[in-house]
Amino acid sequence: MLHFELVTPEKLVRSESVYMVTVPGTEGDFGVLEGHAPFMSTIRDGDLLVQRSEKGEAERIAIRGGFAEVTPKGLTILAEQAG
Amino acid sequence: MASLKALKLRIGSVKSTQKITKAMKMVAAAKLRRAQEAAEAGRPYASRVEQVVASLASKVQVTEGSSPLLAGTGSDQVHLFVVATSDKGLAGAFNSNIARLARRRALELQEQGKTVKFLTIGRKGRAVLARQFRDGFVHAVEPGDLGKLTFADAKGYADDLIRRFEAGEFDVAHLFYATFKTVLTQEPTEQQLIPVKVPTPAVATSQPSADAVVEYEPSEEAILDSLLPTNIAVQIYRAIRENAASEQGSKMTAMDNATRNAGDLINRLTIEYNRTRQAAITTELVEIISGAEAL
Repeated sequence: MLHFELVTPEKLVRSESVYMVTVPGTEGDFGVLEGHAPFMSTIRDGDLLVQRSEKGEAERIAIRGGFAEVTPKGLTILAEQAG
Repeated sequence: MASLKALKLRIGSVKSTQKITKAMKMVAAAKLRRAQEAAEAGRPYASRVEQVVASLASKVQVTEGSSPLLAGTGSDQVHLFVVATSDKGLAGAFNSNIARLARRRALELQEQGKTVKFLTIGRKGRAVLARQFRDGFVHAVEPGDLGKLTFADAKGYADDLIRRFEAGEFDVAHLFYATFKTVLTQEPTEQQLIPVKVPTPAVATSQPSADAVVEYEPSEEAILDSLLPTNIAVQIYRAIRENAASEQGSKMTAMDNATRNAGDLINRLTIEYNRTRQAAITTELVEIISGAEAL
């Protein structure tokens, strides 16, 4: 499972284990699964797709501005606004 | 000695003052808890942005083309002081401590022949500083209740600041606010906002995420450029949050003292009231007895 955190300046919105997250990057969407290589990208305004399990429905979270950081520990999205 | 009636009125008025200060203390305590929670909730974001900016800034070469937010304007002649205080008083020395630190630093810089300009967030800071530095004011914001400010507000202030910077109004920006330590101590703090302070390499390399294998999209420079304005907004937002907690902490302490003082005053006045009453009774008795004896 992928450890996923969504943080805004106001608070920590999400911190949970998920299957996959699709992030709207500035240069195109990218999906992050467990074990993704270390990576950092700015994001454009759009929807984050969070899939809790392989077959499950994806949940949409609207985010605005910020960047995504993938480390061996997981994925952290720092958004200026979320939800 | 004051008359009985005057004393009674006086006790009544001190009692109602005490009721007010007690209520204000309780309100401040409730608001303090919320402000503290808010300050803590904002910490993960602020520290993460700071880390990323630090690790990127230490990797990127400062060149001609670098963002002036990182490289500076090449001069340090004009300083802008962003002084964050609150709009309301009755919070002990909270506002004046911040203003005093800003004033001391401003005088130091003026002695070195620099120009100091002011931008205040909060009416109280403006009131104190305007007396001495009337000419230096570029802008004053009155944010109202600090606890209600959102990140969008802070971003607005940051955007305004960056616009002024790009228009060449100043070379260096400093931010003044009070760091919340405990309910009893709030420390006036100065922080350099523009250009960004790049930490020494020792600090940056100690982070495990700063490995060479990280891929960047679009590029390190582009990410850094988009992050620098955000970082300024984050710093201002944090300062406001710290201020919100400090203000309530300081207010709570001040109102607690006021309540206690009112209590002491009431005790003293009550004793005086009782003595006066007893003296009046004694005088009356003496009059009656000596009247009876004379018969």
